[in-house]
Amino acid sequence: MITPDATEPRSTPLRGVHEQLGASMTEFAGWLMPLRYRSETAEHQAVRASAGLFDLSHMGEIIVDGPGAAAALDYALVGQPSSMAPGRARYTMICAADGGVLDDLIVYRLDDQEFLVVANAANTSVVETALRERADGHDAQITDQTEAYALIAIQGPAAAGILGPLTDVALDGVKYYTGHRGTVAGREVLLARTGYTGEDGFEVFSQPGDAEHIWMTLSGAGAAAGLVPAGLAARDTLRLEAGMPLYGSELGPDTTPFDAGLGRVVKLDKPGDFVGRAALAAAAQAPPRRVLVGLRGGTRRVPRHGYPVLWDGQARGTVTSGAPSPTLGVPIAMAYVEPEVAAEAGAGPPEADQHGAADGPHGAADSRLAVDIRGRAEPAVLTPLPFYHRTHERPR
Amino acid sequence: MTVPENLSYTPEHEWVAINDGVASVGITDFAQQALGDVVYVSVPAPGTAVTAGEPFGEVESTKSVSDLYSPVDGEVIEANPEIDDDPGLVNTDPYGAGWLLRIRMADDADPVGLLTPEEYTALTKEAE
Repeated sequence: MITPDATEPRSTPLRGVHEQLGASMTEFAGWLMPLRYRSETAEHQAVRASAGLFDLSHMGEIIVDGPGAAAALDYALVGQPSSMAPGRARYTMICAADGGVLDDLIVYRLDDQEFLVVANAANTSVVETALRERADGHDAQITDQTEAYALIAIQGPAAAGILGPLTDVALDGVKYYTGHRGTVAGREVLLARTGYTGEDGFEVFSQPGDAEHIWMTLSGAGAAAGLVPAGLAARDTLRLEAGMPLYGSELGPDTTPFDAGLGRVVKLDKPGDFVGRAALAAAAQAPPRRVLVGLRGGTRRVPRHGYPVLWDGQARGTVTSGAPSPTLGVPIAMAYVEPEVAAEAGAGPPEADQHGAADGPHGAADSRLAVDIRGRAEPAVLTPLPFYHRTHERPR
Repeated sequence: MTVPENLSYTPEHEWVAINDGVASVGITDFAQQALGDVVYVSVPAPGTAVTAGEPFGEVESTKSVSDLYSPVDGEVIEANPEIDDDPGLVNTDPYGAGWLLRIRMADDADPVGLLTPEEYTALTKEAE
């Protein structure tokens, strides 16, 4: 495994493409990544209206294989990969013994005895170490294969139409959260109908040497349909609108899956022990200690990570993520608040629009609920998650 | 990145144009590129006294917030009325339609610390 110089960020196979496109690059989790190409707002809007192309090669890919791979993962993770048929993908988490989240993951079952675990770039090493420790005693190998994969995502309502002619996989038959081996632009890939934007879309795992060819082919084919390259800034506002958590914001070692409203990923009824079982079983039974809520800002100023959420002037919660919402036209945020506040603040008149209209807050913003934005309390409105609902259907 | 020759600059990436004791102020092309899409600008109301080197407002973009610093001592006489509805002007035309405010300079104000275009350009290269 390559150990990079500690001071130099790692480059993806598409670095040259990003530089050619004039991307503003940023260091993220030890990788040099495109933050934006021109305007992150325009990139975000393109993904909602047509499609965006993302370089996600910084994500970690860990292969778990062997006769004991499924059992090892059932023990290591909160989910139950052993119950996945080959070709399926699942969103899951790896927790510490105290139930705190170490990372959120997508696991792909490639075969009876082979799984691909995709981890956040910042956590790949931690996840690999934990998997290796937890696989001890199981007949399974854990291998960090991040360097062996490039990952390109194409996301948006036009994605299937752009990708379809370029792949030998019949996309109509590709269900959400499945992965298929095939080719794109003539190169071998794992093609998955997964994403982090709230739109239909695909994630294409390829060999690093094929990434540039695949990217350029998709770019060329998609230009007429409005496909644009999209960077990490757009990726963040898209997932926020879709109400999706981000490790380091909504998820972390001090949160359980239940705190984040994602208790569904914890399979307490799977047979056998798993790391965190006792703590998570207790958390499942206990009254919630905090609730993850959505907020719409009542002014143009944006609630940001760490800002206090106020109820009647008292700090009763904390913002986890916030950004201006290009689709809604107002600032949006996610925050952990005390359960009583979530209940009381949510007891007002229901939000009338659930369809992503660029609307202001309804009536006078509920001024009991506010966010302390750099010393000034700005009104906020409790909003059900997700903020944005896709209007285009993908095949079931 | 453009650095117009007829303007002065501050180390905080603002431009200043001084005419007849009135300083017009905005942020530079370098600053707007670094910030990304501007969504909100907060500047003080006309009549507010400002002090050179002191923060007087904020520029908020998708990903971040930056303080605005007054380049001179004086009193705000005008804020750009277009900015509230169209903060993107700061990105598309930072030296023109994206101007932020005008300050009537205090009588004895002799702004120090303003940079020439060459000095500012050099500073931005160091920042990269």
